[in-house]
Amino acid sequence: MNILVIGATSAIAQACAREWLTIHPGCRLILTGRDTNKLASMQEDLLIRGAAEVDVFSLDIMDSEACKTVIESAVQKVGHLDRVLVAPGSLPDQQRCQADEAYAAAQLSVNSTCLLLLLEQLAHQLEQQRHGRLVVISSVAGDRGRMSNYFYGAAKAAVTAFCSGLMMRLEKSGVSVSVVKPGFVRTPMTAGLDLPQRLVASPEAVAKAIVQGCEGNKAVIYAPGFWLLIMTVIRLIPTAIFRKLTL
Amino acid sequence: MKVESWGKYPKSRQTGQCVHWPQELIKKRWQANGEMSLPFGNGRSYGDVCLSSSGQVLVMSGLNRFKALDLQSGRVRVEAGMTLGDILAVVEPKGWFLPVVPGTSQATVGGAIANDVHGKNHHVRGTFGCHVHRLWLWRDGRCIECSTLQNPDLFAATIGGLGLTGIILEAELALVPVTSGCVEMITHRFDRLSDFFDLAERYDQSHEYGVAWVDCQGKASSLGRGVYFAGNHATDDVGIPARKTASKRYQIPFTPPLSLINRLSLTAFNEIYWRSKPSKPVTSRVGCSEFFFPLDGILNWNRLYGREGFQQYQCVIPEDNAQDAMKDILAAISRSGMGSFLAVLKQCGNQDSPGLLSFPLKGTSLALDFPCGRKLSSLFNHLDDITRAANGRLYPAKDAHMRAADFQRAYPEWSTLEQLRDPSLESLFWKRVTA
Repeated sequence: MNILVIGATSAIAQACAREWLTIHPGCRLILTGRDTNKLASMQEDLLIRGAAEVDVFSLDIMDSEACKTVIESAVQKVGHLDRVLVAPGSLPDQQRCQADEAYAAAQLSVNSTCLLLLLEQLAHQLEQQRHGRLVVISSVAGDRGRMSNYFYGAAKAAVTAFCSGLMMRLEKSGVSVSVVKPGFVRTPMTAGLDLPQRLVASPEAVAKAIVQGCEGNKAVIYAPGFWLLIMTVIRLIPTAIFRKLTL
Repeated sequence: MKVESWGKYPKSRQTGQCVHWPQELIKKRWQANGEMSLPFGNGRSYGDVCLSSSGQVLVMSGLNRFKALDLQSGRVRVEAGMTLGDILAVVEPKGWFLPVVPGTSQATVGGAIANDVHGKNHHVRGTFGCHVHRLWLWRDGRCIECSTLQNPDLFAATIGGLGLTGIILEAELALVPVTSGCVEMITHRFDRLSDFFDLAERYDQSHEYGVAWVDCQGKASSLGRGVYFAGNHATDDVGIPARKTASKRYQIPFTPPLSLINRLSLTAFNEIYWRSKPSKPVTSRVGCSEFFFPLDGILNWNRLYGREGFQQYQCVIPEDNAQDAMKDILAAISRSGMGSFLAVLKQCGNQDSPGLLSFPLKGTSLALDFPCGRKLSSLFNHLDDITRAANGRLYPAKDAHMRAADFQRAYPEWSTLEQLRDPSLESLFWKRVTA
């Protein structure tokens, strides 16, 4: 079992790697991320937890050439990819996006454009090998744009829509695509936010939902599951009322 | 995130910032602004040792990576937020075990060091701190390695140092070899307190682990009746079954407004439990988690005590005074009708800990939970009088009521710890007992 994790140093990705390791003991992991110190630290941890092999590659997904090289090296190294988790993301400051166009552009780029191009590269590889599962972390924020975070929401909506299309295409080659929509998760990304305590999940709980959903070939994974209910309610709010809210 | 201690008492608004990587500590504002903080592990301390005087804590449970594992010499190096259960899940199938484990596998390594926890084998292995080779402390914006050779003063102050000497980042621990994932256990019911002391003396010769459940509602001739459990790691090589990951079979789904533990339920439960045990000693074979961490099988059991929460009274009484003092304490509790099912007696040995403020001493320890209530403080005052007169002391990890004078008398090294304390770290406990 070969598992490629892109954006591996995120709390959710780290928890997913450990979760996969418990259900596929002795799997081989390939981790990519921007911070090589963190990658080295994860490498040691996962080896002790029972991974057969852990390779790490420094990668910034904004660099599409580098993405290509890393995917090629990973495939060269392990032959084929059974699972690919795409987890990079950045939570932009909505207020700053509204005031600072360069910042907004960079945020849209990392959460959307660059990510989609990376997915396209991965799709080529998976289509060629004609098997594997692709899991992409989107967000509940993409389900309906809201005034408090519509830059992030728009980028994630693009990811969700892209994955829907990719799912149809790759189905024909025996490759599954799951899009993950986490709600509030206790991670470094949400560290500064004041979130409703009862709705905040641990990365471990989210990872369980993701890995189970992926292994079960679920197209859309709300993590934890109750977010499906919350987002259904939010989607069903009539526009006449919705536009007056401050969500 | 909001955090609370295991006993949900004292009530204090505590906001936690999660630490996921050691690098994040460099950027944290609290030190620069001169604000107070406190490292918080997995919230298994009962009272206020894990609560910060400023209401700001650093939640360390995200620092949970293995750094090194040496299966030849039996050493493991981990980040401080890792739980003991996470370590066991990896090392137990490879034939190793932690030399000292407390009654829950959910405590973190940092918390186990800071409270210098002990287990059912104190008379053999001493405290958790006896098995820490090295630790790494974040203090004054840098990482300091501590051991008996390097920064020995800081090392000693950190073991049992209640998290006040700096933020423990990593620790290197010794492991002990085991050949099976099971424990051979003897269950021996006893009718009165004096029998406990006889049984403990007998079984401590032959068994590494020993602990007793005691019926805190026993009256007159049955005062201090209970069940003694003695255990050894099974030695027959039948292979080590994969450890059930924190067998979360039951859970208490919400906190009821009132405690479900009261005089009526307690007396009935204790009677049934005591009677359910055979009157003659029996030997059985149980899994390690069942033997060491029976309560971990019930997730969030602390919720049983309701929103008001509970307090634990854990004292240790020196050997010479133990029999008399324990009798007085149990009689007082039985008269009060308070208490709970969870009452534990055990003998501690004379192994010295490298730590300054280690709780155990050669003698007998009693631990008992009480639902919070109006009459509790008068009972605790009375118990404190008995403990004080018997030269005993209370366990900071469980405490939410100890008086400053009692603390300072029982832990004379406290002033050394105060001198070595990181000035940016302070707990509600420390503020209370050093006032």
